[in-house]
Amino acid sequence: MIAMGAKGFFTDTTVCIGCKACEVACKEWNQLPDDGMFFTAMSYDNTVSLGASTWRHVAFIERPVPLGGQTTAHGISWLFMSDVCKHCQRAGCLENCPTGAIVRTEFGSVYVQPDVCNGCGYCIAGCPFGVIDRRAGDGRAWKCTLCYDRLRGGLEPACAKACPTDSIRFGDVDELRATARARLEQLHARGVTEAYLYGEDAARQPGTEGLNAFFLLVDRPEAYNLPPDPVVPTRKIAPAWLSLAAAALGMAAAAVGAVASSQERGHS
Amino acid sequence: MIQGSNMAECHPVGFRWVMEAKNRGATIVHVDPRFTRTSAVADIHVPIRAGSDIAFLGGIVNYIITHERYFRDYVVHYTNAAAIVSPDFQDTEDLDGLFSGYNPETRHYDMRSWEYEGQQRSPVVETHQEYHELTGEPWSEGPPQARAEHYDETLQHPRCVFQIVKRHFSRYTPEVVEQICGVPRDLFLKVAQTLCDNSGRERTSAFCYAVGWTQHTVGVQYIRTAAIVQMLLGNMGRPGGGILALRGHTSIQGSTDIPTLYDLLPGYLPMAKGQYDADFGQYAFHNTGRAGTWSSFPAYAVSLLKAWYGDAARADNDWAFHYLPHITGNHSHLMTVAAMADGRVRGYFVMGENPVVGTVHSALHSKGLRALEWLVVRDFAPTETVEFWRTGPEIARGEVRPEEIKTEVFFFPAAAPTEKDGSFTNTQRLLQWHHKAIEPPGDCRSELHFMYHLGRRLKRLYAGSADPKDRPILDLVWDYPTIGAIAEPDAEAVLREINGYTVADGKLLSRYQELNDDGSTACGCWIYCGCYAGGVNRPARRRPRTEQTWVAPEWAWAWPSNIRLMYNRASADPGGRPWSERKKYVWWDAEGGRWTGYDHPDIVEAKPPSYRPGPDAEGMDLLSGTDPFSLHADGKAWMFAPAGLVDGPLPTHYEPQESVIRSPLYGQQCNPARLEWDRPDNPYHRAYNDPRFPYVLTTYRLTEHHTAGGMTRWLSWLSELQPEMFCEVSPELAREKGLRNGGWATITTARGEIEVRVLVTDRIPPLRLEGRTVHQIGLPYHWGSRGLVRGEAANALLPFVADPNVSIMESKALTGNIEPGRRGRGRRVVTSGPIVPPLDHDGAPRDLRPPASGAGSGKRPRER
Repeated sequence: MIAMGAKGFFTDTTVCIGCKACEVACKEWNQLPDDGMFFTAMSYDNTVSLGASTWRHVAFIERPVPLGGQTTAHGISWLFMSDVCKHCQRAGCLENCPTGAIVRTEFGSVYVQPDVCNGCGYCIAGCPFGVIDRRAGDGRAWKCTLCYDRLRGGLEPACAKACPTDSIRFGDVDELRATARARLEQLHARGVTEAYLYGEDAARQPGTEGLNAFFLLVDRPEAYNLPPDPVVPTRKIAPAWLSLAAAALGMAAAAVGAVASSQERGHS
Repeated sequence: MIQGSNMAECHPVGFRWVMEAKNRGATIVHVDPRFTRTSAVADIHVPIRAGSDIAFLGGIVNYIITHERYFRDYVVHYTNAAAIVSPDFQDTEDLDGLFSGYNPETRHYDMRSWEYEGQQRSPVVETHQEYHELTGEPWSEGPPQARAEHYDETLQHPRCVFQIVKRHFSRYTPEVVEQICGVPRDLFLKVAQTLCDNSGRERTSAFCYAVGWTQHTVGVQYIRTAAIVQMLLGNMGRPGGGILALRGHTSIQGSTDIPTLYDLLPGYLPMAKGQYDADFGQYAFHNTGRAGTWSSFPAYAVSLLKAWYGDAARADNDWAFHYLPHITGNHSHLMTVAAMADGRVRGYFVMGENPVVGTVHSALHSKGLRALEWLVVRDFAPTETVEFWRTGPEIARGEVRPEEIKTEVFFFPAAAPTEKDGSFTNTQRLLQWHHKAIEPPGDCRSELHFMYHLGRRLKRLYAGSADPKDRPILDLVWDYPTIGAIAEPDAEAVLREINGYTVADGKLLSRYQELNDDGSTACGCWIYCGCYAGGVNRPARRRPRTEQTWVAPEWAWAWPSNIRLMYNRASADPGGRPWSERKKYVWWDAEGGRWTGYDHPDIVEAKPPSYRPGPDAEGMDLLSGTDPFSLHADGKAWMFAPAGLVDGPLPTHYEPQESVIRSPLYGQQCNPARLEWDRPDNPYHRAYNDPRFPYVLTTYRLTEHHTAGGMTRWLSWLSELQPEMFCEVSPELAREKGLRNGGWATITTARGEIEVRVLVTDRIPPLRLEGRTVHQIGLPYHWGSRGLVRGEAANALLPFVADPNVSIMESKALTGNIEPGRRGRGRRVVTSGPIVPPLDHDGAPRDLRPPASGAGSGKRPRER
């Protein structure tokens, strides 16, 4: 369980202007290498996805449909969304990690200890969002740290600090939830009826038990390359073990029964 | 209204406040050829043909007048709408696109018919005309002298400004807007209504623009049209109103206030002119305003000369006025580069700029650099401008060999802002101090260091000279204290000099009204006077907003006199009462007998609203208590400009130098006063319907890179975000030309050819214009041949052609062609010869009079 006062992000995509200051601030603070210089021709997105060296990533979604409340001549819209590690309340990467390299910090964030990680890669399979990845040439797993070093120093994470429009808000998750719900009501009142929150709590996203970094979106999750119903794989371990145990018990019972009956026959 | 600007992408930090306003209920309108990151978060996006904004804004002017949506009390009292204009004035409506006074031989206007009726003719206007006749240069700058003699406050007189404006814009109907701009009329009407509904006593609207408006052959008039809209709606000098010029760098405002421009001295004092400003008396006579702030011109000029030449500036030697360099014509950037290419310039300093990528026609610029004796570049990295002799496209293709270039190149590594003290002056005239955080590495030095030590060495070089021509260097006061091991000049000492002081006892001045014309004061820039008052570095103030009023006067310092909103007298009605409680800002305190309010009032504080000048009034006293615009001699905002512009007193839609359509309005196709460079290495396309160049091109910036890339293309974190030069085209154009998303294309103009990647997007939609489809091609211009990420420079495609008022290039609207594939070899007309065969005959005149000969564009050479 998460300690009281977990910290996280509320990313409101409706005020994002796609400036990528978050991507750059993240790389600068964390001294991350570039991901290569490749022109993708996918709108203005040339870093493509989150990865071992890109811990904030801005998605650009060009749509042939207008956004609620907006007037355009040709009925188009352009959505921006700064994606990040969700710091799931139930984190698949953490639960998959066999070495104990991935830990839950005092800020409720999920942190990879680079000096412990042995690069086994089990965490990668454990993340339903495809966030964590191993870095080529290094081998270890990397992802957003929620700027653990900055939080220890009383500073907010670099991305939130750099965001010029407060699309990325950092704070206590409880407070962010209240902020997000108020913002959602405001948008609905203004005609942006398609707006909704993604992953704000366990009730809405049981597969992760809620995200410490949750989002306000205006299109279905798949448009942003997010899973519609993410489930942390380890959530299935208990039921799996239970059914395995049931099956084992059944088999054991059958075996015992078989032996008993044969003994009975032998004795008879 | 954001138009001529992609504010979210180019000014993302300032755009924070646009989003804040939107969150509080403001409606954001974005008018732009492309659907950009600004459009994405706007409430209304209006796609428009690049180069047609005057028609769109003119349509709004016509809508406001036709539907009587103007703010009548504001218009009558605070603008020159009621002023009666000379009967000699003839409009473009009368002369098929020309104003009265046009001389087709010189292609300049005689501005005398644009004056007010019966106006006491300003001697300056006469002498401006003399100057023009003497030098061939148009000139209408200097302090506006004009004061109308006759007013009709009913606005009914057929020659009053209001009626002239009404007639002039009457043809800009929604249908004409659709025809010229390609904007559907319903969408146009929605914008016009939205703007009018949000203006008046209770509400105000603001315009934001940037180089999308300025970089046209008729750029200044774009902004004038917006000014007329804002005057009619009463949106100037009031909170939430105004026209915000978004400047392209942190301190571009500062670099015009204390200018890097050839024709200005600090504080917008005109540069001394050739034979014309023969002595200080002439200079002061030519530039002193009849009334208002400019009536104290001699005090500003003498104080500047005292700051620069100290004891050597005396009354008996004309304040050392003859030490100042005198200009002899247009020495603007493009003029200088063309002269350079012709071997008429010896040396060139380039600081904080990468002109080979950043300015138009980069091949012609390179040609200029090859003809220099020496070139000094200060930058963070060896840019294309530094390496033109080694890695330029002409070198790479073997057309020019480095060993044949005699230019000696000096590259000086520059210190970053974090490595030096100094100030930035931002878009809203706010001076903000920045402190040095770390020492610059290695040989990196600040500009201040470079200029100071260069000056010091020059003084040493000339020490002991008896030659009178060396006096300006020897007598220059150049005594800034230095700090630290690298002898960095103390930036605060420079700020003190800019602030000004009394010569006798060195007491710091606190306001520009304290400046004198008798040599008792020294001041480096009169509009900055007071920024260091009391020995306090006011630009360094950082009092949080929670500890002061919402106007935040103690956050940094704004010029002039820490006024945050200029002309704020207009925020109150003629009687001095706020127009509304909601828009209350400054007002007349009758009991206290003074102006007061949230901001420093931009009017003489003790001048009551009822004040009217007597027959003997002079200077500031000539302005009444209802005149908010004190930089004008009549205190009014000018819908009709009786002086100050060289291409007309009113804005008129002209097509760009290269257009896809014949002007539907007039026989006169282009701005008749535009600056052209008629030379073989700068060919123009047909004025319209050029079969070789059927598409509209427009250039722009992206968030991820900074202008010509000197600060960004050497950084991996920025380079990976936009790693290659590309063009943006619509799916319709892609289908028509066989362009593939992510593939290659070659874009051609008569100046050059570049190959680029293709980004196919619905965000640059084709427009319907006169029943046909017009395609526009978008070109970011950040890349060059050096850096981590490379690409061909879009500006290689652009011609030398410019606005006549300010000599700025036209880079936002031109024509060109696109073909799929990498067939281009980067040919450029300067070294490859003609890129396209000339047309057999060119039946598309730009100007009303037919050209004298058939060669080229048929224009007389504009260079001397």
